[in-house]
Amino acid sequence: MAKDIPDPITPEKLIEDVLSAYPAKSAKKRAKHLGVAEAAPEGETGIVSKCDTVKSNIKSVPGVMTIRGCAYAGSKGVVWGPIKDMVHISHGPVGCGHYSWSQRRNYYTGTTGVDSFVTFQFTTDFQEKDIVFGGDKKLEKTIDEINELFPLVKGITIQSECPIGLIGDDIEAVAKKKKADIGKTIVPVRCEGFRGVSQSLGHHIANDMLRDWVIDPAQEAGVDYEGGAYDVNIIGDYNIGGDAWSSRILLEEIGLNVIGCWSGDATLAEIERAPKARLNLIHCYRSMTYICRHMEEKYGLAWMEYNFFGPSQIAASLRAIASKFDQTIQDKAEAVIAKYQPLVDAVKAKYMPRLEGKRVMLYVGGLRPRHVVTAYHDLGMEIVGTGYEFAHGDDYKRTGEYVKEGTLIYDDVSGYELEKFIETLRPDLVGSGIKEKYATQKMGIPFRQMHSWDYSGPYHGYDGFAIFARDMDLAINNPVWGLFDAPWKKSA
Amino acid sequence: MTKLRQIAFYGKGGIGKSTTSQNTLAALVEMGQKILIVGCDPKADSTRLILNTKLQDTVLHLAAEAGSVEDLELADVMKVGYKGIKCTEAGGPEPGVGCAGRGVITAINFLEENGAYDDVDYVSYDVLGDVVCGGFAMPIRENKAQEIYIVMSGEMMALYAANNIAKGILKYANSGGVRLGGLICNERQTDRELELAEALAEKLGCKMIHFVPRDNIVQHAELRRETVIQYAPESKQAEEYRQLAQKIHNNSGKGVIPTPITMEELEQMLMDFGIMQTEEDRLAAIAAAGA
Repeated sequence: MAKDIPDPITPEKLIEDVLSAYPAKSAKKRAKHLGVAEAAPEGETGIVSKCDTVKSNIKSVPGVMTIRGCAYAGSKGVVWGPIKDMVHISHGPVGCGHYSWSQRRNYYTGTTGVDSFVTFQFTTDFQEKDIVFGGDKKLEKTIDEINELFPLVKGITIQSECPIGLIGDDIEAVAKKKKADIGKTIVPVRCEGFRGVSQSLGHHIANDMLRDWVIDPAQEAGVDYEGGAYDVNIIGDYNIGGDAWSSRILLEEIGLNVIGCWSGDATLAEIERAPKARLNLIHCYRSMTYICRHMEEKYGLAWMEYNFFGPSQIAASLRAIASKFDQTIQDKAEAVIAKYQPLVDAVKAKYMPRLEGKRVMLYVGGLRPRHVVTAYHDLGMEIVGTGYEFAHGDDYKRTGEYVKEGTLIYDDVSGYELEKFIETLRPDLVGSGIKEKYATQKMGIPFRQMHSWDYSGPYHGYDGFAIFARDMDLAINNPVWGLFDAPWKKSA
Repeated sequence: MTKLRQIAFYGKGGIGKSTTSQNTLAALVEMGQKILIVGCDPKADSTRLILNTKLQDTVLHLAAEAGSVEDLELADVMKVGYKGIKCTEAGGPEPGVGCAGRGVITAINFLEENGAYDDVDYVSYDVLGDVVCGGFAMPIRENKAQEIYIVMSGEMMALYAANNIAKGILKYANSGGVRLGGLICNERQTDRELELAEALAEKLGCKMIHFVPRDNIVQHAELRRETVIQYAPESKQAEEYRQLAQKIHNNSGKGVIPTPITMEELEQMLMDFGIMQTEEDRLAAIAAAGA
């Protein structure tokens, strides 16, 4: 492998080195976002390290080339976009809609353009006159056109781009009027990109609109669904590369009835009936916990977090989920875990010899920087650094459940910082996004996109674990890394 | 042709900006100047006295009908009024919707790009009362109006508004070439009005260009959709406007970077004039009256 042997350096020293390049004021600010997982306090059993010292969810420092998105990205791109039988209008100028078009690989079944619209892109395409005279009329017309062209559409959401918040268009009034006109759910979402510090606020706003314009009104109007004793919702699985499907089969195999999956491959109806379930199972805690808390408060529906990355977490999660139900379910959970054990063993037997001891750095969104950690551990790999784009304090607390003491932790990391960390630590694999991919590979370090699964997936569930292991092997043990140095520069 | 002069009239809403500016421009045209008026108020009433009718075809309404400003011709939006004064109105949305500020920017850019500024001596912008956002500051940005004339009176809020506009000018004066041409006091017959106006001008470091006395003839002319210059050319008031026009004409290049004052200084000035009590005195007076 053509790479320099890194000098051993403590993470504390590494952070100090990185910060030394900044002016004092910036260094002071950024120091609060960089840290090292500390030893778990004595008596604490739930965590393996203490990671809640990092400052998070505040404004990025200008000039750091942050990797964050905006509120519109969080609402349209993450939460609402995958709901397949609704049309999500990018309301405003054309660019936001165009560049957020089919970004997240949210798989779905259905006939695109007939009853499903996820990979379609709709925009009101604001022109100067819409800014000057307001865009409400155009929005109404757009809704009418969508309803006429796609009569099977179940509902429409209005995803506000920045100008909507500036010119004060009354999209709520339009939503009410058009709902009365066409009799379908219309949801106005005030997710203007300038709101908040990252996509995280967009998730929150989107959750609030799910509450105000879908769930609560649906319960008030009465939902025609008689809930069963084993009904559960999958919340916060966006079905990237089919993740929700490889999760759903496991839940169904242990005897549960998945009545809704949010929002990957979701329909409006399954969101409306969500409060009828017995338990909400939340995967992406960061983006959908808000609505789970609401359903708990208002409808008494309990929720719990789970993790379907890697066999250790899958087994633990299946047991934890089953423990909320009766003995039948618990027995089935054990049976399912046992059933997949040979698959797990085969995957480990094949890939562990190729992956064991490999060092990994992660930098992803708001959940995976901790959720995927154990999947790497299951393959004998080691996490040397991890960080979030837009996590909050509670995410960092939970990170301590996964990463060991001494792990480098970075929040809203800048291009410079991440590059320095990678250069110095020289891990065997970096898992992050498209913007980091090529820069990292040019350093001679294998890379996997961990937002989109690099056009692969699913990674959730037992089936996903097999694909995950294969993909990591493909990246790390690709023979191309042996060809990194020019032949004439090869050291003797 | 002399170099194009661009001026703008600002001031508190209802102070008489449009009336003053149109009368002044009517006097300027008598002096042989070629003039273009750019109305920058969504109400589109900056050219009514010159055209003797309200201009219906504003830039933005026509643009909205046609699809975009690119689809417009200059001739569609420019009308010729009193003695050849060219008139345009930016127009804008009805109150409460859209973004009128963006409309002003769009309209001015359109006029400039399409040659409305060719072959005129004066471009005059008439801007709505409050500079509520960046759009309404467009005329005072770089390469637009060189001199701003603030129409004001002896009323406290008019003084306050004048000072605020001076702050806006100061902001752009440092980055561009805009200057404060001076104050035009449109008499309201308040206490010690002329002295107050002169005192404010001194504080702002500018000239009190002209004190326009109150005369009901302005109202008579206005009701006939005419300037006083047109309605009663021989009147004393017409002469006042001619004087104002001459002063503005002679003021070319003599604008200043204003030195706006704080609210406290402004109140102090009114106290010095004996027309305002200190907060303590006033509160004591209210308490005494209540007791």
